Parts: sequence; C-alpha cells; structure tokens
Amino acid sequence: MDLFEYQARDLFAKHGVPVLAGEVIDTPEAAREATERLGGKSVVKAQVKVGGRGKAGGVKLAATPDEAVARATDILGMDIKGHTVHKVMIAELSPEIEAEYYVSYLLDRTNRTFLAMASVQGGMDIEEVAEKTPEALAKVPVNAVEGVDIVKAREIVALAKFPAEVAEGVAEALVTLWETFVAEDALLVEVNPLVKTKDGRILALDGKVSLDENADFRQPGHEALEDKDAANPLEAAAKEKNLNYVKLDGEVGIIGNGAGLVMSTLDVVAYAGENHGGVKPANFLDIGGGASAAVMANGLEIILGDPDVKSVFVNVFGGITACDEVANGIVQALQLLADKGEEVTKPLVVRLDGNNAELGRKILSDANHPLVQRVDTMDGAADKAAELAAAK
Amino acid sequence: MAIFLNKDSKVIVQGMTGSTGMKHTKLMLADGTNIVGGVNPRKAGTSVDVDGTEIPVFGTVAEAIEKTGANVSVLFVPPAFSKAAVVEAIDAEIPLAVVITEGIAVHDSAAFWAYAKSKGNKTRIIGPNCPGLITPGQSNAGIIPGDITKPGRIGLVSKSGTLTYQMMYELRDIGFSSAVGIGGDPVIGTTHIDALAAFEADPDTDLIVMIGEIGGDAEERAADFIAKNVTKPVVGYVAGFTAPEGKTMGHAGAIVSGSSGTAAAKKEALEAAGVKVGKTPTETAKLARAILAG
Repeated sequence: MDLFEYQARDLFAKHGVPVLAGEVIDTPEAAREATERLGGKSVVKAQVKVGGRGKAGGVKLAATPDEAVARATDILGMDIKGHTVHKVMIAELSPEIEAEYYVSYLLDRTNRTFLAMASVQGGMDIEEVAEKTPEALAKVPVNAVEGVDIVKAREIVALAKFPAEVAEGVAEALVTLWETFVAEDALLVEVNPLVKTKDGRILALDGKVSLDENADFRQPGHEALEDKDAANPLEAAAKEKNLNYVKLDGEVGIIGNGAGLVMSTLDVVAYAGENHGGVKPANFLDIGGGASAAVMANGLEIILGDPDVKSVFVNVFGGITACDEVANGIVQALQLLADKGEEVTKPLVVRLDGNNAELGRKILSDANHPLVQRVDTMDGAADKAAELAAAK
Repeated sequence: MAIFLNKDSKVIVQGMTGSTGMKHTKLMLADGTNIVGGVNPRKAGTSVDVDGTEIPVFGTVAEAIEKTGANVSVLFVPPAFSKAAVVEAIDAEIPLAVVITEGIAVHDSAAFWAYAKSKGNKTRIIGPNCPGLITPGQSNAGIIPGDITKPGRIGLVSKSGTLTYQMMYELRDIGFSSAVGIGGDPVIGTTHIDALAAFEADPDTDLIVMIGEIGGDAEERAADFIAKNVTKPVVGYVAGFTAPEGKTMGHAGAIVSGSSGTAAAKKEALEAAGVKVGKTPTETAKLARAILAG
C-alpha cells in the first residue's frame, strides 16, 4: 500500500526523521487556520500518489493565510496525471535550501535483501539519476538481521560521497529512516529531497512510503492509512468480503482458484478474445483453495454486479478442494442470489478439472441451470466465455 | 533419484496439530510420505493418531531430529509465528524446510533468509507461500495433490500452486520426477535456478517445465542460467500478460512495477535462452510432449 506524502511525513515524525510541520486538510477554508498555526506562511502541497506534481502546479507558496486559502482553492480538485486532488498538506515553509539529496531503503528482490540507496543528486527523479549518472547513486545492501546502525549509516554516507559537513547529520537521519522502515513493516521508504538548509539542518522535505499488507496483523494502525475514497467501488466491496479481487477493463468476469491459475485465466481469455471482437477479462478474482458455496456466492455477487461484465468464466482446478464441492458451491450460489431477489442474466461458463471433476460436472449437468454451460478444457471454456461476451 | 525429496526422506511437520497441519499430514501420509513426527512445544511428549498411524509430537525441531533422524520439515505455522519457526528449523540444521504458510511479512522472510545465509545455508528453504514439493510415488512434502499424476521423467518448477497442479494434470500420462512449488512471495528460499540446477543434475529427469509469473526478475535470471548451464530441454510458461501495472495479483510478489517484472519481458528472455514458451498451460504441455516425442 502506497501512502500519501502527509502520511509518510507523519510516520517519519513518529520515528524521529527530521521533518517540517504540516497538516492535511480537504477544504480551502481550513488552509487559513492551518497557515495561522504555522505563523502566517505556508506551502500548499497537493496530495496525490504520483510524481511530478510540482511541475503540474500542485505545490504553491502562500505568504498569508488568505493566500493559502486561494492556493488551496486552486489545487483542491485539480487533476494531476489522472489523479484528482482531494487533500492538500499545509506545510511549514522550509528554511533556505543549500543542497538537495536522496535517500531510501527498499526490498531488493533479486538479492533477497534490503537495499539502501543514497545520492547527493536529490530533488529529481531518481530513476533518471540511476540511468544518466549511475555513479552518483550508491546502492548498499543492508542485511535484514543486522539492520542500519550509525556505523552502517556512515558507511552508506561515505559510499554516496556526501560532503563532510553534512555526513553525520545525514547518517543520523538514515538511522531514524531505517527505524521507520522496520517498525512500520515498509517495503519502501524514500526521502526526496533530503535537504541541507542554510541554517545547517538536515530535513526530509518530501517522502514516499509503501507498506507491506502482509504485516497488517501486527500493524493495527495501518488500516486507517488506506485511501478508501480512491478504491474502485467493486474492489472495496470485494475487500470487505475478504476476496482477492482486482478490477480490469474488459467484459469477461473471471473467478478461479489460486493466484497463478487466475492470472493465467486472464491471459487465456484475452487470447481467446482476439477471435471474438477483442473482448478482455473484466477482473481478477481468486477465491482460494476452499471454494465454499458462501465464498462462491460472494464472488459471483461481485462479478455479476459489475455492469461491464457480459459473461462469466469460472475456472477451477480441484487440487485439495474437490470439484463436487465447487459445483455444489456454484449451484448453491446461484440459488442464494435468486433467494436474495438478484436476477442473474449473464451466462456462466464453468470448467472443472482435477479432484472429483467427474462428480462436479455431473452436479452441474443435473442442476441444468439455463445460464450455466460446462466446457471441460481451459482453452475451450475461455473461448466460449469470450464468444458469449462478444455476442451480448 | 528425483530432486530434494525421495522415499528415504524423513519428514516432520511444524504446526502439525493445527487444523490445516492435521489435514495435510493425513494427505501426505496417504501419499506414502514417511512422517516421523510433529513439533509443538505445548504438546511435546504426546502423540497423535493420524488415520491409524501413531505420530509422536516433539517440543523442538532439534529434538525431533535427534529422536527420529528427520531431514525434512514442512511448516504449517501461522504468519505471525512463521519467522520463529523457520529460525528454529535453521538452528536445528534440518537439511530442508518447506514453508507452506501464505501471508508472511516481507521483513520476516527477509530476516529468516538472511539468517539462513549467515548460518551457511545448511537448510534449504522452499517457499514461503508455496504448495511444497512432490516426488510422485515416493514422498510428498506439502499440499500438492498426490493423485494427479504418477512417477515419470518431467521435472517441474513453478511459482504458482494451482498452475503446478494444472501442468501435472496436462502431462499426467507422462509423469514427473519431482514437482517443486517455489512460491509467489517477493522473497523465497529456493529459486527457479536452484531447481533447474538440481533437475539438470538429476538422471531421472529428461525435460524441465518452468512456470513463472509477473514480478521481480527471477525468470530473466533463470533464462540466463539456462543459456549457460542447462543442457536438458526446458519448456516455459509465464502468467500475467494482462496484469495492470502497480496491482498485486493475488501473490504478494506478483506485481508489475513500472516497466519491470512484465510477463512479456520474461517470455522474451526465456525464448532468447532457447526455452519454448507456451501461450497457455495447455499449449505449454503440447510443447513438452512434442519434445519428448522427439
């Protein structure tokens, strides 16, 4: 989960990374009081999870509280690269800046370790720095058990060739940033820019944090950081039902078991769609191993509630789960939906293979639901589902 | 021969007495796995009757090894306790730890991987978030259904559980030497490369099927390894061509970040290494058949 800048700032502050004061607001009028609290001047910063907001006019100085209201009025509702601005941060004005740096910690999947990255060329897109002047970006592996103490932080600072007068300050910031990374179960913490001010301070002026949702069990505070407004309504509804769902832009609703098989199902449907007017998968939905009737019903309800969906492909390989249970689940799910008064009008193509497939297929045949068709191969079923979606 | 697991493997189950652990202990036993014990400090000294087989419960992995000579541990331990359980397995120097658990925090898996490394990698870790591995007809360490297929000469390595089953089903008449599900998390112990190297060295494997998916660069590195080190034919499949950028597709590690980790790049790298890559699982199985038919 990627956070907004103001949320990153709050986490940095909590763990001692030096930041400026700032608070988030969502109405222009609130900018006045927030600016007054900062002594009458502020920076109004659009909160969007995309880079390049400064160039897009999403960051403005306000010399008075009135001006802050005006700037917040301009920025709230602005569209920045397809992201609508719903919140702005009213931040303390930075003291005069002498230099801009870059520091981050992230997971290095390739080497199965953490990585510190640091550069004295901050304030710009770090991927650009990595490409154009790779020698200016130090990449230092960090052992997950050993972590970053002040000694390790000094090593990172030295490798990134920070000037001597800021070395110790940056190293201290790196230690607190590591504390943030670990304590919050982050996948990424990035400060860009980390600045040196004329009065000699080291400050994190802008930051990015991405959190590991697998750690939610020990991070009770993280749920509140979720941007519920931005979530697609279908994705939000699926999340509430504990379903692993991603909305896509096609017409064939997909339900399957196992992340890999579902991803593969999307691809197979997209290939099949090439022969049927270019129809595509409408979603990713993994109902997991134990596809009970209730889970199947929840899944079907979400998929059938998607106005983009023209046909549904249920693709299940019975591993441990028996296909007869899955078939019963589908039949019961349709019954459950009917009982709820939800009329099902979209055709379902079902492919069952694996454990007890014969029995499962028989259950579907016996139920003889007018909208359910059985096709017993994955490629064949994908083709049928695509054909049905294209015909609608 | 097979890889990593055979009829002589002595298997213990960490988390055996939980409901998932018990269910799969039964299934593994039914597949002929030599399960010699369970581990649960609160139930040490007791034993559990699993469908007529009396399985002793030990307090620690070390004790289980000492008493039974166990050399494989399968872990069905909830995410919050997985790191401690894996660290215990590493400390006991068990040669193979198969971590089935889904949903382990990356800081935990990165920590136990770093710990395993610091101990000289005496413990091979498979997973986490994986179905485990099976050597059909000999032993089953994990949750792969034992009745899909029979012993044969295809080796399979896959990030995905259900695609493992699908591929075993597609090629069930030919059979498999071993099938290894390495898991879909961002940090995993055993990689495609490790399994490829083992299958290359395994005299009972004639052809390798490798299944990958979006996220990371494991497939690209595997392609490089194949080009340099694998003489046996390799057939590949990659899932996730239609996955949008920046969305996690079920597996924690299945995410396209910017332009990296795409299925197209992985397919291209594999093909450049001479791997035949199928468009669908069924087509991939056909490619394997064609090669085996000569």
